[in-house]
Amino acid sequence: MQLDDLYQEVILDHYRNPRHSAELAEGEALVDEENPLCGDHLKLDAHVADGKLTDVRIHCQGCAICSASASMMAEAVSDQPLDAIRRKAAAFLALLRGESAPNEEELGDLMALRGVAEFPLRVKCATMPWHALEAALKRLAP
Amino acid sequence: MSAKPFDPRALRTDFPALGRVFSDGRRLVYLDNAATTQKPRAVLEATRRYYEESAGNVHRAVHRLAAEATGLYEEARQKIATFIGAPSPKTVVFTHGATEGINIVAHGWARKFLQPGDAVLVTAMEHHSNFIPWQQAAQARGAKLLLAPVLDDGTLDREAFRKLLTPEVKLVALTHASNVLGTINPAAELIREAHAAGACVLLDAAQSAPHLPLDVTALDVDFLVFSGHKLLGPTGIGVLFAKPELLDAMDPLLTGGEMISRVWDDHATWAEPPQKFEAGTPHIAGAIGLGAAVDYLAGIGHAALRQHEQQLTDYALEKLGALPGLKIFGRAPERLGVVSFAVEGLHPHDIAQFCDRDGIAIRAGHMCAQPLLRRLGVPAVSRASFHLYNDTDDVDALAESLLGARKYFHAT
Repeated sequence: MQLDDLYQEVILDHYRNPRHSAELAEGEALVDEENPLCGDHLKLDAHVADGKLTDVRIHCQGCAICSASASMMAEAVSDQPLDAIRRKAAAFLALLRGESAPNEEELGDLMALRGVAEFPLRVKCATMPWHALEAALKRLAP
Repeated sequence: MSAKPFDPRALRTDFPALGRVFSDGRRLVYLDNAATTQKPRAVLEATRRYYEESAGNVHRAVHRLAAEATGLYEEARQKIATFIGAPSPKTVVFTHGATEGINIVAHGWARKFLQPGDAVLVTAMEHHSNFIPWQQAAQARGAKLLLAPVLDDGTLDREAFRKLLTPEVKLVALTHASNVLGTINPAAELIREAHAAGACVLLDAAQSAPHLPLDVTALDVDFLVFSGHKLLGPTGIGVLFAKPELLDAMDPLLTGGEMISRVWDDHATWAEPPQKFEAGTPHIAGAIGLGAAVDYLAGIGHAALRQHEQQLTDYALEKLGALPGLKIFGRAPERLGVVSFAVEGLHPHDIAQFCDRDGIAIRAGHMCAQPLLRRLGVPAVSRASFHLYNDTDDVDALAESLLGARKYFHAT
């Protein structure tokens, strides 16, 4: 397994220029997640309007995989209907579990993170933003 | 002691794993010795011989294998007693590692004797293994847990330590050397101060035992723990030393077979230490392997090992410290070959992943020392740690890889 399979160019691009990134003050974020294994820290805030997820803002202090995954996720879910986001989250987590036949149409650019499944110790880095998103959805639309 | 010059390259041939070449043609550069060490052939042979020839249980049957196994196991205990300067092998308890040793003391001594209002004093540079058991014991007994702070150079704040050492402190649980900062604490002086204040001392020697001479008698330490696998020995074996009167007073953590004297329907009495603390069949092969590891280290000699590691550490501090954007945590004058660092703009996990591409094994993460890392103001660090088989080529390889990582992640 090559390092470039893990750190694809699109991943490095999101890492260097994270989208929907914002400073979130204490108590401002909807979800505050920490990965106890590496100390990575992610805060996420969003709202729901007309059944769609809006104003997605993320503050991520993490590795390239975690930061890029958060950034790509923010792009993929912004202004999307909640049920479509849930489907996307399920498809992404299945991809990272290495389940066969990923839903490429559903996942789009997120397929770039496919290589992470080959590095078991890094899977949590990529899934953490999506777990934070799932927690956020539970609170926004129980 | 032989007058041969210390030659890490020659010693490397004693360690089969260090000859490893990966499928991509890279050779292993192993710099994660503070996590675990590679094993010399002498250790592998000793454990293999036990399983191939003498695999009986200890202290039970009368047949030949049982007698051989018991002999080898107790011989290992004697070797370790000698290695740490213990007055008697009866003060050496085999555990599964430093963590279990600390838990035996936290359960059998702290939870038994701590009173509400008492305190346990630890330092802010403890590994979680020498922190959580005291946090738990203090909570259970209504006692306080006090943290002695660390100064900016990575040394213990001695002034604050002395101030915290009030009559309420019944135990000082102290790491001999930090697994993050490399700092070697002045154990003898701190133990004297603690004893003068009426406190017992547990010394966590998990990091120091593989590199420094230990003498529990000269230190007058009450409890001392370490793990075998960081000391060129097998995993799953470790040692708890305690003064005889403390072992007598303590309750066992595990109960069951092998640790009893007599058993009635409604009560039981315990065997004498150390058996009292070794319920069930112990890790016999592990103990024998640890005995072989101790012999191997004795053959190297502590003075030669220390000199080599100090030279290598000085070299690493200079070489790595000169890299752009690299910050080293801990500049204690007395230190082990443990170098934790951050590289500006690079996450430790990305650094470690990149180094792994080059066959270089370093550690990244919070190093099981979150209270310390919080004080350092970082969620995670990268760490290179040395043992006798490392040399300046290994440090050079790491430095080159770190430069490569910067380019890789921040190329525009």
